[in-house]
Amino acid sequence: MSAGEVVAEGVAAKLLARVEHAIKGPLWGCQMCGQCVLHSTGLTCPMTCPKTLRNGPCGGVRPDGHCEVRPEMRCVWVKAYERADRLPLWREHIDELRPPVDRRLEGSSSWLNLLSGRDRERPAGWEAAEAHV
Amino acid sequence: MSELARKLDAGAFVVTAEMPVIDGGGISEVLRQLEPMRPYVDAYNATDNPAAHAHASSLAVSLALLRAGAEPIMQLSCRDRNRLALQADLVGASMHGVENVSCMTGDDVGAGDEPQAKRVFDLDGPQLIALARGLTRGRYLSGRALVPAPRFVIGAVENPGAPPLEHRVRRAAKKALAGARFLQLQLCFRPELLERFISAAFELGLCERVALIPSVCILRSARAMRFVAEHVPGIEVPASTLARVEQAPDAEEECFELAFELASHALAQPGVAGLHFISFRKDAGIAKLCARLGIPPRSERESDGHRAPLAV
Repeated sequence: MSAGEVVAEGVAAKLLARVEHAIKGPLWGCQMCGQCVLHSTGLTCPMTCPKTLRNGPCGGVRPDGHCEVRPEMRCVWVKAYERADRLPLWREHIDELRPPVDRRLEGSSSWLNLLSGRDRERPAGWEAAEAHV
Repeated sequence: MSELARKLDAGAFVVTAEMPVIDGGGISEVLRQLEPMRPYVDAYNATDNPAAHAHASSLAVSLALLRAGAEPIMQLSCRDRNRLALQADLVGASMHGVENVSCMTGDDVGAGDEPQAKRVFDLDGPQLIALARGLTRGRYLSGRALVPAPRFVIGAVENPGAPPLEHRVRRAAKKALAGARFLQLQLCFRPELLERFISAAFELGLCERVALIPSVCILRSARAMRFVAEHVPGIEVPASTLARVEQAPDAEEECFELAFELASHALAQPGVAGLHFISFRKDAGIAKLCARLGIPPRSERESDGHRAPLAV
């Protein structure tokens, strides 16, 4: 690949990230983690949780279903379970154990990472960790 | 294998307790706090900056407990450390013989006295459980080999009293799936919510995979109870319970009665593997409560094979 092509690819990736954010920001409060799991969390972005929890609600949810950290906001995971139950697809995906976030992907386009398979790369030890034998 | 694991595997009833937080006073302070609990308690939670207040670290307190011949359950929260620090503390703890660990997300920094701090949450609770399990299989998260692999009895926590109530048990199931062997349940001043959670867990067959250990707190005053109600995240104290303690002629005695009632109720639930106690009393509150509940001291439980009150 020539230097020109590398630059062009970088520009295209940045542009795509901006387009993605322009769409998913207003809709879901997308935080551009670069490894989108919206479909498995009832179309509710877990990165809008102040603790950025990917695997369900913390123990601090208030009796009214609002967030421990931001009392004015409904708990992201209370919403996620409600919405997942209403989805025609992917309903059970919410119970899957999602791996740690790859912080290097922050700010990049999850669409691009989905196409390239980059968002499915796991730390090599995660397989040993998650496998239930 | 830790004594806690041995007992859980044998289906024996377990008693765990919270070590009070340690600031000054050194090892002798740990011993002083430990002594009144010793006759009854199988393992002690060394807490990890509870409610986001800094104290002596859970690793240091765990080591002090080991030195005193007591078995620690080292808590690790995701609030203050990234994945590197979490693994370092786990492997380091194992080096000294700590086996029981309890993996949790952690209260937010906003609950503590240093709300200016950076919240980390590089991992979440279930991911930390899986990470600990990966270590026991001889792999760091990176995949790098760890030989010989450390031995951990991995525990976690769950809050039966926090929304989404109908889905809480699914999060507990996820923690079991990630590798939790026991779940210490958050204090619950609404017995009907604990009952709901445990019966859902029982129906799901979760009680066979993970030991459920409800928590009971022995407070000392109406003021302390109000503090818990208002400042500890995820704990709801019904107004009637608060009023009951506030109007009692002897608040400390009333708190003890309340703890007895909640503990009796928890014990009556099918599938409960033990109880976790947190006492703020100056005297041997946990020993007194165990005696009142009919839980024999450790030495007697071991000889007569006291079983978990499993209603099958």
